[in-house]
Amino acid sequence: MPLTKYRVVAVGFVLLYLVFLAGCATAHPAKLQPVEVPAMHSVSEFSDDERFIDLPDPWERFNRNIYNFDYRFDKYVFLPIVSGYEYVTPVFVQKGVSNFYGNIGEVTTLYNSLLQTKGKKFLITLGRFVTNTTVGIGGLFDPASSLGLQKQGEDFGRTLGNWGVPSGPYLVLPLLGPNTLRGTGGVAIDAGVRSEAVNAIDPFKNVDNGSMIMSGITTLQSIDLRHRMKFRYYGSGYPFEYEMVRFLYLKRSELTLKK
Amino acid sequence: MKISEIKKIAFTWGVNVSPVRVQQPGFVTPTDNRFMNRSCIRELKGLAVILCFVLVPAISPAADEKYGYPITGSYEATILGTPDRLKSPPPAEISSKRLLLDVIPDLRKPEVFFYDEGLRCTLAYQDREAPLVFLIAGTGAGDQSSKMEAMTRELYKAGFHVVALPSPTHPNFIVSASRSHIPGDLTEDAEDLYRVMELVWSKVKRDIEVTDFYIGGYSLGGTQAAFVARLDEERKVFNFRKVLMVNPFVNLYSSVTRIEELLDRMPGGSRKIGSYFNKMLTKFSEFYRQGDLDLNDEFLYAAYKAKLFSRDESGALIGLAFRVSLAGMIFSSDVMTNGGYVVPKNRVLTETDPLGDYFLVCIHLGFINYLDEYFYPYLQKKRPGLTREELINSLGLKSIEGYLRASPKFGVMTNEDDFILAPGELDYLRDLFEGRIKVYSRGGHLGNIEYSDNMADIVGFYKQGGQ
Repeated sequence: MPLTKYRVVAVGFVLLYLVFLAGCATAHPAKLQPVEVPAMHSVSEFSDDERFIDLPDPWERFNRNIYNFDYRFDKYVFLPIVSGYEYVTPVFVQKGVSNFYGNIGEVTTLYNSLLQTKGKKFLITLGRFVTNTTVGIGGLFDPASSLGLQKQGEDFGRTLGNWGVPSGPYLVLPLLGPNTLRGTGGVAIDAGVRSEAVNAIDPFKNVDNGSMIMSGITTLQSIDLRHRMKFRYYGSGYPFEYEMVRFLYLKRSELTLKK
Repeated sequence: MKISEIKKIAFTWGVNVSPVRVQQPGFVTPTDNRFMNRSCIRELKGLAVILCFVLVPAISPAADEKYGYPITGSYEATILGTPDRLKSPPPAEISSKRLLLDVIPDLRKPEVFFYDEGLRCTLAYQDREAPLVFLIAGTGAGDQSSKMEAMTRELYKAGFHVVALPSPTHPNFIVSASRSHIPGDLTEDAEDLYRVMELVWSKVKRDIEVTDFYIGGYSLGGTQAAFVARLDEERKVFNFRKVLMVNPFVNLYSSVTRIEELLDRMPGGSRKIGSYFNKMLTKFSEFYRQGDLDLNDEFLYAAYKAKLFSRDESGALIGLAFRVSLAGMIFSSDVMTNGGYVVPKNRVLTETDPLGDYFLVCIHLGFINYLDEYFYPYLQKKRPGLTREELINSLGLKSIEGYLRASPKFGVMTNEDDFILAPGELDYLRDLFEGRIKVYSRGGHLGNIEYSDNMADIVGFYKQGGQ
């Protein structure tokens, strides 16, 4: 039942994106430009040094397009919704919402720790999930963190990495931002598992408008996700922000993979 | 882009991210979480190390019994700043909004800066009458850099209205607020800043009640505050009653040269900045892989204890961070002026053009290159006959020292071990601002600005003699 909803939303985004691409394609008619004059300094001058913060990005133009799409989507759609949410919701409720979805997310960490045979992570996460679901009243509170059980975080992209699947090229995703090809596969698998699990349980099957409630829950989840993200596309104002973000994202994933 | 800003980006893709309220221009909400969530910020620190691989506080018995800032090494202090537990607690909530200013009407912005929609400043406002403090950020920093946020927060807590302005060397200022789009001339930059302040005031004067105007800044922003204050003596729009300079440059040229020299201690010097960075990154990664710690503060302590980086290597990190800022400044300026310096003249960059090659070029250019090949020729055209020596002398406090010596409205805070000051410059400051300067025994360059005693002194300066 919620799957059809997802499809409608997904098709909507694809259409929106195509409209955006079409807009880009027509926005720059060929103009006669004055002749270019070589710059005083060019990259060949510094070929005796190693590249700096520069990682392979074979799909760079495509990625930059999506990066800019994400910036515009944030600006015109996502962030206005998020600030509306923050305006009408008391801070303690916002925290409760974040805790609730965070607690559901522990399930992803659970099975992925298991698949990677990371026993310590699995046990800590199990402890968190049980504590927060019971003492934390269905995950609305996070008493586990105060007990010293810190949030772990695993996903199927990392599982694939630990199984030896190469990361593949850098890939910026619509709405979700920086990732890799491998990570994107992981995101899809984890989302599939989550929706299958929800379908299997189907907590609202006997309730009127159950599917409406489910899609409401999904929407709130997206809003909560953006609400917790401090990042703003082009928020630094730094002209090489794209390069910096790419470097930090890839290096961080590479470094933390084995942990 | 400062280390703190890189940290901000780095934090983003971590597991826990702190809530932030989006401030649309004109959309005012009573609270702003940005300043509130310290515990979240602590959780986020992990990532930042990838680029900063920061060293960690040497918590050692203080040499100066009275002063409690704990980090003794000047480079370490500069990189690490103040441990969270030694900062003063943030206010429960803060009323603030982001202003987006159209400073230069009809400005045509190149497509590559499509995201730049005007100058971004931050206003924190009281709902009663209070003095307003204008703050100017340091080299390459924006209005919401971590040091600016800290100063804004503390002054707000003490009952002031605050307007935080980006540095004239920040790309946003170069693109949207600088008349020449070429930063560096203290007099021209002061005029640009003054215009921005007037515009801010015209936008907010109906909404807030202001009793008096003060001004201040840190690092280059401190030096610029002095030039803005002097301009205000002629223009008299604000009649600033107090001017605070925190770790100011005495002379831009001499300080920047000292920062860049930190890179020269590495093999191959700044020409091999890429190799140096990669070497540090490898060291750092190896250390991380061998240990059993997450990327967080604890890990940083471990890295420090293991003496992962030598003193020279840490110094070079500061030089590198400066170069990263400078690269953004050079590129933005060159594109805005179509100067043909790093981007071919007449080339039109689109919003999806890869910029990696330009980044690589810019990171290899030092301030001396910028001065001799770009900035000085520009000024020579405007002021024929200007010699290089005259130019360098104009880039510092000496050029307005008569005014600074005589005016009682100034206050200066700096550190004995601030390495941006050349030999003799600290004594010069002590003499110039006799009775109006406070020198701390340690803290490097701005490492101690967020330390609770320092913040209390900043607030105390603006409070003395009544608000």
